[in-house]
Amino acid sequence: MTPPAPPANILADDAPNDAGGAIIVRWDKSPDEGAGLDNVGAYQLLRGRSPNGPFDTVGTMTAGMTEFNDGDVEDGIDYYYVVEVIALPSPDHPNVEPPVSISRPSQPARSSAQWIHMGRLNSLLAVVILASSILYFISKAKGGEKLFIRKIAGLEAVDEAVGRATEMGRKIFFIPGIQDMNNVQTIAGVTILGRVAKMAATYDAKLDVPVPRSLVMVAARETVKQAYLDAGRPDAYDEDMVHYLTDDQFGYAAGVDGMFVRQKPATIFYMGAFFAESLILAETGNSIGAIQIAGTAMPAQLPFFVAACDYTLIGEELFAASAYLSREPKQLGSLKGQDVGKFFILLFAIGGILLATFGVYNISHWFLVR
Amino acid sequence: MKREIPLIITGVVGIVFIVQFFIPHEPFSSLSDIFSDWFSIIEACAIWLGALNLIKLSLDKLGKPMLLVTSAIVVVALIVGIVGAPDEFLAGRFPLILFAVAFLLMALGQYSRSKMKPDWFFALTTIASFVIMLIAGLAFSGGRTFQEPGTHYDYLYRSVYTPLSSTMFAMLAFFVASASYRAFRARNREAAMLLVAAFFVMAGRVPLAEFLGTLTPDAFSGAWATTGGFLSGAADWVMNFPNAAGQRAIMIGIALGIVSTSLRIILGIERSHIGGE
Amino acid sequence: MAKGTQGGFWQRLMAIDRRVIFLAVGIAVSAPFFLPISPKIHITPEVESLYNALKELPAGSKVLFPFDYDPPSAPELQPMAVAAITYCLENDLKMVIMGLWPQGPQQANLALASVIEGEVGDVITYNGKTFKYGIDWVNLGFQEGREFVIQRMGSSFAAAFPRDYRGTPVDELDLMRGVTNFNNVDFVFSLSSGYPGTIEWVQLAGDRFHARIGAGNTAVQAPMVYPYYRAGQLTGILGGMKGAAEFEVLVGVKGGFGTRAMLSQTFSHAIIIFFIIVGNIAFFVGGRPSRLKGTEEV
Repeated sequence: MTPPAPPANILADDAPNDAGGAIIVRWDKSPDEGAGLDNVGAYQLLRGRSPNGPFDTVGTMTAGMTEFNDGDVEDGIDYYYVVEVIALPSPDHPNVEPPVSISRPSQPARSSAQWIHMGRLNSLLAVVILASSILYFISKAKGGEKLFIRKIAGLEAVDEAVGRATEMGRKIFFIPGIQDMNNVQTIAGVTILGRVAKMAATYDAKLDVPVPRSLVMVAARETVKQAYLDAGRPDAYDEDMVHYLTDDQFGYAAGVDGMFVRQKPATIFYMGAFFAESLILAETGNSIGAIQIAGTAMPAQLPFFVAACDYTLIGEELFAASAYLSREPKQLGSLKGQDVGKFFILLFAIGGILLATFGVYNISHWFLVR
Repeated sequence: MKREIPLIITGVVGIVFIVQFFIPHEPFSSLSDIFSDWFSIIEACAIWLGALNLIKLSLDKLGKPMLLVTSAIVVVALIVGIVGAPDEFLAGRFPLILFAVAFLLMALGQYSRSKMKPDWFFALTTIASFVIMLIAGLAFSGGRTFQEPGTHYDYLYRSVYTPLSSTMFAMLAFFVASASYRAFRARNREAAMLLVAAFFVMAGRVPLAEFLGTLTPDAFSGAWATTGGFLSGAADWVMNFPNAAGQRAIMIGIALGIVSTSLRIILGIERSHIGGE
Repeated sequence: MAKGTQGGFWQRLMAIDRRVIFLAVGIAVSAPFFLPISPKIHITPEVESLYNALKELPAGSKVLFPFDYDPPSAPELQPMAVAAITYCLENDLKMVIMGLWPQGPQQANLALASVIEGEVGDVITYNGKTFKYGIDWVNLGFQEGREFVIQRMGSSFAAAFPRDYRGTPVDELDLMRGVTNFNNVDFVFSLSSGYPGTIEWVQLAGDRFHARIGAGNTAVQAPMVYPYYRAGQLTGILGGMKGAAEFEVLVGVKGGFGTRAMLSQTFSHAIIIFFIIVGNIAFFVGGRPSRLKGTEEV
C-alpha cells in the first residue's frame, strides 16, 4: 500500500485572545482524502522545537479535520509542527500497520498572552453604555429627582398578604428558590426576604423559611435577624425560622409540601430560581387556600406560577422588587438605567430586522461575542 | 467592619470577574478560576452546616424518650459502620467518627429542649434515612467508590431514591391537569390566544391524530395522517416562532435585570442579602 | 363569590374536586400500557437534524456525552441516552461520558447496562461485538463546579477531570490520549434537564470553544433551548418523550420506552385538552364567577 499524500500549507499561529500557552495549527486536507485505497484514516499532529525534529505527538484527529488547538506550549518559544497522515487499514491485511506520510514542517510559531480580548470589544462597549446609564440615573435619583416606576401588582399585594397572615394567625412561608447564593435570583430572593421579614416583624406575623442550601441558610438568617432588629423586634427573632432541608430538588419539594399541608400557612412567597418543583409547590399551596406571590427569572417555570399563584413577578420584575419595595432613590435609579439599556436593544433589534428584511447580513458579525 | 468586609470582598471579586472577561492575560484569567475554586470549597464545607442544622431540628421534634432511644440506635449503627469501614482512614472511618461525635454532642445539647411535635415521625424518618445512606456509602462499599454499580449505596439509590424522586416528579402530570383546568379559561382575548396555542402544542406534540386514525375505518387514515402532520407542523411553528420570540424577549429583560442587580450588589448599593439596609 | 346566572351544575363542574381530575389523569396515563396499539410517530426537523449530524461522524469519532440529569428526569432522557448509546455502539463511535450533575454518571451506567448484554464491566458485549473500557468508552464521572468545569475543559480535559469515575488517572486511558480539549472531540451530545445543562454547553463549549453540539432535553426545558437551535448554535434538539420516541425510530431501537410511552402521553394530553374544553364550556355557559384570591378553589 502506498501512503496517502501528505497535507500541505501547515500554518501555525498564536491562538488569539487568550492567556498564552496555545498555538492554532491549520492545514489543507490530504489530496487523497476520500480517494480509494490511499484514503485517509487519521491525522496526527506532531510538535518540535526545531524544523528537523525530534517531534512529539500532540494530538490525533479523524479524517476531515483541518485544525487543532495545541494548548500545551510555553510562551516565547518557537515551535514547529508537522502533520502525519495515516492511511485507513487495508481490509485484506487488517493486522498490518497502515502506511504513514508526513508533511513538511510549518514556519515557527510562538504563543503569547494578549491584554485585550479583541473579540469582546462589542460586549465592553455594551457594558460601558449600560453601566453608565445605570450610574447616571442613580446619581440623578440621589439628587432628588422623582423617577416614575409603573405599578407591579404582585409587589403592591405584599402588604395585604402579610396582613392576611397576621389576621388569620397563620404562618408566612418564604421559599427563596432552590439555587445557591452564587445565583443572582437567589440574592434577589433573599433581598426581598429582608423586606418581607421586616413587615412580618412589624405586624407580629410568624415567618418560616425552609431553604435548600446551607449558604442560603446562613445569608437568610443574617438578613432576617437584621430585619427584625430594624423593626425593633429582636425578641421575636428565632434563628430556627430559617432552616435547611435538603439540597435534593424533589426531596426539598416533598419536605416543603409536607409543611404546607400540615401547617396550612396563610401566605406563601416564592422568590428566586425554580425548576420542575415549582408547580408541585404552587399547586399544593393553592390546595390549602394560601395567597401566593411568586417571582422567578426562569422562563420555563413562569407559566406554572402564573397558572397556580395569585400574583407572579415575571423575569426582571423579580430583580426590580427590592428597589420597588424599598423605594430607595439609588435603587430606583438603577431600574431607569436598565430601561435605557432595553431601549438600545430594541433599537438594534428593529434595525437588525430591517437589515435582514433587505438582505443586508454583513454587519451582523459585529454583534458576535467570541 | 462586620458589614464593610463582605462589601469589599463582594466588590473586588465582582470587578475581577468582569475584568477577566475582557483581559485574558494573567493574572486575571487564573483569578476567576481561583475564586471559582474557593466558592466550590466553601460550598462543599458549608453542606455540613445545613446537614447538622437539619439533624438538630429533627432531634428537637422527637421528645426526650424517643431522642434517647434514637440516639442509642444511631450510635450503635455508627460504631458498626466504623468497625466495618475500609482501612483507608479518610475514605470511610474518619467522616463516620466525625459525624458520630457531632451527633452525640447535638443529642446532648438538644435533650433538655426536645419536645414531641406532631410531625415527629417525619423527623425520625429524616434521621434514619440520613444515617443509613451515610453508613451504606462510607462503610460498606467493599473498597469501591460508593457510586459504582453493585454497592449497597447504589442499590439504595436505584431502589429507594430513584423511585421516590421519580414519583415526586410524576406528580407534575396530575398537578398540570388540575392547574390547567382551573387557570386556562378564555377570560379575555389574550387568554383565548393562549388557549388556542396550548391546544395546538398539546395536540401536535403527541401522535393524537394518528391514534384517532387507528380507531376509524382505513378510508379515513389519509385524512388523519394529514391532520396529524398539520397539528405537528402547527406545534413546531408555535415552538419555533412565537415561543422562541417570547423566550428571547424575557431572556433579554432578565439579562438586563441581572446586570442592574449585579451592579447594585458590586457597588454596595444593595445590601439586604448580607443583613444591611 | 358571585353566583353564575345558569344553574348549579356548571358551577359545580367549575369547582370540581381536583381528586376527580387526578383519577382521570391516572387512568389516562396507565391504561394505554395495556393496549396493543402503536401510533405512527411523525419525525420533526429538529430531531432529524440531530440524527443527520450524528450520521456525518465517521467511525472512530469521539462523542462527548454530558449526562446532566437525575432520576426524576430519567423517563424522558434515559430513552434518548439508550438510543444514542445504541447508535454509538453500532457505528463504532467512541463515547466519553461525564456529568455536571452528581447522579449523571450513574444514569449513564444504567443506560449502558440496558443496551448491552450482561453487566457493565471492563469489557462489554453488544450485538456480538466486544468493547473495552478505556478504548471504546470512558466514564469520567462527576465534577463539581458547574459551568466552570466546561470552561476548564476548554483548555484541558485532564485539568477538569484528572481521574475517571473509578479513580484511574486519565492519561492512562487510551481513549483520552490526544484528547486535550474540545478540538479533539467531534460532537457533544448534551442530555440535560436543567442547570447546569445544554444552555451552559452552548454558551461555553459551543460559542467559545466551537464544539458541535446536539441536545436532548426534557419537555419543560426544550422551549428555552429552541432559540439556540434556530440560531444554528445547536445541530438539533430532542424535546421530551416525543423527541426520544422520534430518535428511537430513526436509530432503529425496537420497543424503546419512548415509543411505548407515546400512547400514554397521547391519552394524558387528550384528557387535559378535554378538561380544558369542559372547563371553558362551564365557564361560558355557567356564568363567570369573580375569583377571590387565595381562598377556595374556583
